[in-house]
Amino acid sequence: MPSATEPVTPPQLDELYRTCVHCGLCLQACPTYRELGLEMDSPRGRIRQVMLVETGQLDLGPGVVEHLDRCLACRACETACPSGVRYGEIIESARARIEQQYRRPLPARVARRIGYRIIADFKLLAHAATLLRFYQRSGARRLAQSSGILRLFRLQQTESLAPQIEDDFFFRELGNSFPAEGARRARVAFLAGCIASVAFAELNRATIRVLQKNGVEVWVPEAQGCCGALHVHAGLQAEAQQLARQNIHAMLASDVDAIVTNAAGCGTTLKEYGALLAADPAFAARAGEFAARVRDVNEFLAALGARPPARTLAARVTYQDPCHLAHGQRVRSAPRELLRLIAPNFVEMPRADSCCGSAGIYNIAQNELSMQILDTKMNDVAATQAEILATANVGCMLQLRAGIARRGLNIQVRHVMELLDDACRGA
Amino acid sequence: MRLSAIRAKLTAICGSRAVLHSKEDLLLYEYDAGLARARPDFVVFPSTTEQVAAVVALASESGLPVVARGAGTGLSGGAIPRSGGIVLAFARMNRILEVDVANQRAVVQPGVVNLELSEHVRPLGFYFAPDPSSQKACTIGGNVAENSGGPHTLASGVTVNHVTGLEVVLADGRIVELGGKSSEAAGYDLTGFFVGSEGTLGITTKIMVKLTRVPEHVSTLLAIYNDVRDAGNTVVEITSAGITPAALEMMDGWTLRAVEAAAHAGYPQDAAAVLLIELEGLRETVDEQVLAVEAACARQNAREVRIAQNDAERQRLWYGRKNAFAAIGRISPSYYTQDGVIPRTRIPQTLEHIQQVAARYSLTIGNVFHAGDGNLHPLILFDDRSPAETEKSIQAGKEILQYCISVGGSLTGEHGVGIEKRDLMPMLFSDEELQVMRRLREALNPRGTLNPEKLIPGARTCMEIRTPQFPGVVS
Ligand SMILES: Cc1cc2nc3c(=O)[nH]c(=O)nc-3n(C[C@H](O)[C@H](O)[C@H](O)COP(=O)(O)OP(=O)(O)OC[C@H]3O[C@@H](n4cnc5c(N)ncnc54)[C@H](O)[C@@H]3O)c2cc1C
Ligand code: SF4
Ligand code: SF4
Repeated sequence: MPSATEPVTPPQLDELYRTCVHCGLCLQACPTYRELGLEMDSPRGRIRQVMLVETGQLDLGPGVVEHLDRCLACRACETACPSGVRYGEIIESARARIEQQYRRPLPARVARRIGYRIIADFKLLAHAATLLRFYQRSGARRLAQSSGILRLFRLQQTESLAPQIEDDFFFRELGNSFPAEGARRARVAFLAGCIASVAFAELNRATIRVLQKNGVEVWVPEAQGCCGALHVHAGLQAEAQQLARQNIHAMLASDVDAIVTNAAGCGTTLKEYGALLAADPAFAARAGEFAARVRDVNEFLAALGARPPARTLAARVTYQDPCHLAHGQRVRSAPRELLRLIAPNFVEMPRADSCCGSAGIYNIAQNELSMQILDTKMNDVAATQAEILATANVGCMLQLRAGIARRGLNIQVRHVMELLDDACRGA
Repeated sequence: MRLSAIRAKLTAICGSRAVLHSKEDLLLYEYDAGLARARPDFVVFPSTTEQVAAVVALASESGLPVVARGAGTGLSGGAIPRSGGIVLAFARMNRILEVDVANQRAVVQPGVVNLELSEHVRPLGFYFAPDPSSQKACTIGGNVAENSGGPHTLASGVTVNHVTGLEVVLADGRIVELGGKSSEAAGYDLTGFFVGSEGTLGITTKIMVKLTRVPEHVSTLLAIYNDVRDAGNTVVEITSAGITPAALEMMDGWTLRAVEAAAHAGYPQDAAAVLLIELEGLRETVDEQVLAVEAACARQNAREVRIAQNDAERQRLWYGRKNAFAAIGRISPSYYTQDGVIPRTRIPQTLEHIQQVAARYSLTIGNVFHAGDGNLHPLILFDDRSPAETEKSIQAGKEILQYCISVGGSLTGEHGVGIEKRDLMPMLFSDEELQVMRRLREALNPRGTLNPEKLIPGARTCMEIRTPQFPGVVS
């Protein structure tokens, strides 16, 4: 990964895009190519556009930015590519360049800034979430929906994707430790996650319970913040680095065996802290150490050897790979192993590792295409005839729920940890 | 007709969302997986045969070239609009129209991806036999145009053996159906004539294919050698013993190491060559053949023969082979895949000759090929940022092909002639033979608008063998 304090200098990027031999073997792995059939919206085409811009053969204008914006950053192309192209790094550096050199229309600029500022700060986030909760619970939502205001701002689609804000945020837990049940097998630091803290507090609690049940002591460090994933993906390098330093400071303690997260997107970013801070002499070594200790909770539990649960689930269960887990971290078998432990009726879904279209804030920024990708995904979901669709990332859960509602299917979307929690508790 | 007028007409035919004309979009259609580059004036995404017919007719009236494009995985520049014009992209004509299990047939649109057809019919116990290594991306329309083969060509033949009928748009926009769903048709075998014509005789809009039954049993072996010659001799021994493996592939040591880094297929790192041998059919026959093949390998000094124990192991062995070309991208900025054919008895000498060529040009050349039918794919590594090196590798490729022809082989096994080997055709065909091809093309493509400057050299250049030109090689 290139130095992140500065935009990638052409020679480094040059080496990155030159590993692409334009064979096209990645085309069908790319959800946007499959939907649109356009070379510009394929991995090979995006790499080429970056190359043309970097070598001055093409201007960084709306015609290029449009296609780079449409990239889900799902990195399915990386897994498909036999040539080992590090696509994720190419698109990130391209986005950093766009952020620095390309002027988006004003409203888009303002909205982006405010959004990223809010999630970077847990206190601001709590305020924003309280407002959203008020909006969702009070009559304001119905008023807005019926008044046509949302349509006016083209928010109608995206509004339904907003997480349902929970009554009880996950901030109380910050700073606490939760003891292992039975013999202690490990001690971990748990990343609460920013969106998860306000919309998935129950999931976080379930994850902690599952870890405890498996003999793991869980510490939720107090001074942690957002992992910076959205900032990295949006090209806001400096902000992302600041968040990384804060988390390293807060979470890297000598007595933790692993730094664990239940959000695949956060996990990928945490695992890349080493590269993100490589050029920062004060933090580089600790960032590397931090990254080496990060584990997705599925990965961690499967490696530790999950204890057999109290009961198994009768329902037919299938699994959607979060891109950040399957492509970003190459973790595919761990969640399946855990699911098989509790769900004898596990079935594989075709193209389970193809993106659902959620991709961070993609479903908001690229709503129409995201919904198209989601509807295609629902064909595969429906074909499995599963009653429970398991996944391992909150962003995917929201998107998949929206897809199921659009299609009128009767399928529950659950995080692997929630299912394990049910099985452990015999619920 | 001016370009703006043509654009208006194209938009009227296909709709504005199906026509690309801006420079930044067109730049993305100037390449395929090979080395040639040229930019079209328009890219059009038809969704019906009638739209294709109208676009082709318009091109004919206005004298603009029309070049079909599937997935752009071609290696010989077939989909490159060498002198501009209209690229007809089939990405959106990708529906499987009919699966007729009782008659083992399927009818597909040209943009259907090869592997997707096989995956679609596999639950029914069938697959589509042609399996180019690019099968997860390339389209059946492209396969038909290039008459593509794959590792399993040895036993099951190439695309033409699996296509029974085509719907084709002729140069003036008329729509005709050649052959049909049944294999036998009266009169000239026009389907066979069209398959492999690289889009120079007509545009395919519908394809009727045979479906092959998934074999009862498959066994995959990896034979490991310390000497390339032993591997070559094994190929001769197996095939002359009357055994036809479903696939018989060879990779040399250098390629093995490159591929292993990418694929982690479990290939030995220190071997000089491996053979990947697949046997399929009824369980008992396969079991017998496995024994016979193992014995042949042992007689030719194989140091080890591994047999895949399950489907996952089998997939892993194939994964390495199928990704071999592109894996080279990890170690070299560019590579030039050659596609020569030799009689399989000449494998050892040919490999030696290739290494001599490599030494003479100071180039690295790896070898991966369909050994069973003598289809070589030397991979010449070079850095395309250096024009001198690019030129050198093209020359080396040409020398290798010349050698193939001199031992009784051919210019291309499956990647087609396209731009890349057009000017080498006179090495293989006499003036009279090329003249026959030209007259056939003129009969069907009288104004020369269908994929011009491909496949057959122009009348004047046929006497002088020129180096193929690769305008503006960038990456
Ligand atoms: C890594 C790699 C491995 C490969 N392995 C093999 C292999 O094992 N065997 C093999 O045979 N090839 C192989 N190829 C070459 C290539 O994949 C095949 O030639 C394939 O058939 C091309 O399909 P495509 O859809 O990409 O066609 P394109 O490259 O888009 O086009 C190829 C030609 O077909 C014409 N064409 C496309 N659609 C139509 C249509 N509807 N009507 C008329 N003409 C049309 C085009 O004009 C062009 O001339 C490989 C390529 C790569 C990059
Ligand atoms: S990204 Fe990889 S798979 Fe895609 S065209 Fe480039 S080399 Fe081929
Ligand atoms: S990251 Fe995903 S959307 Fe982006 S080019 Fe790769 S496969 Fe396509």
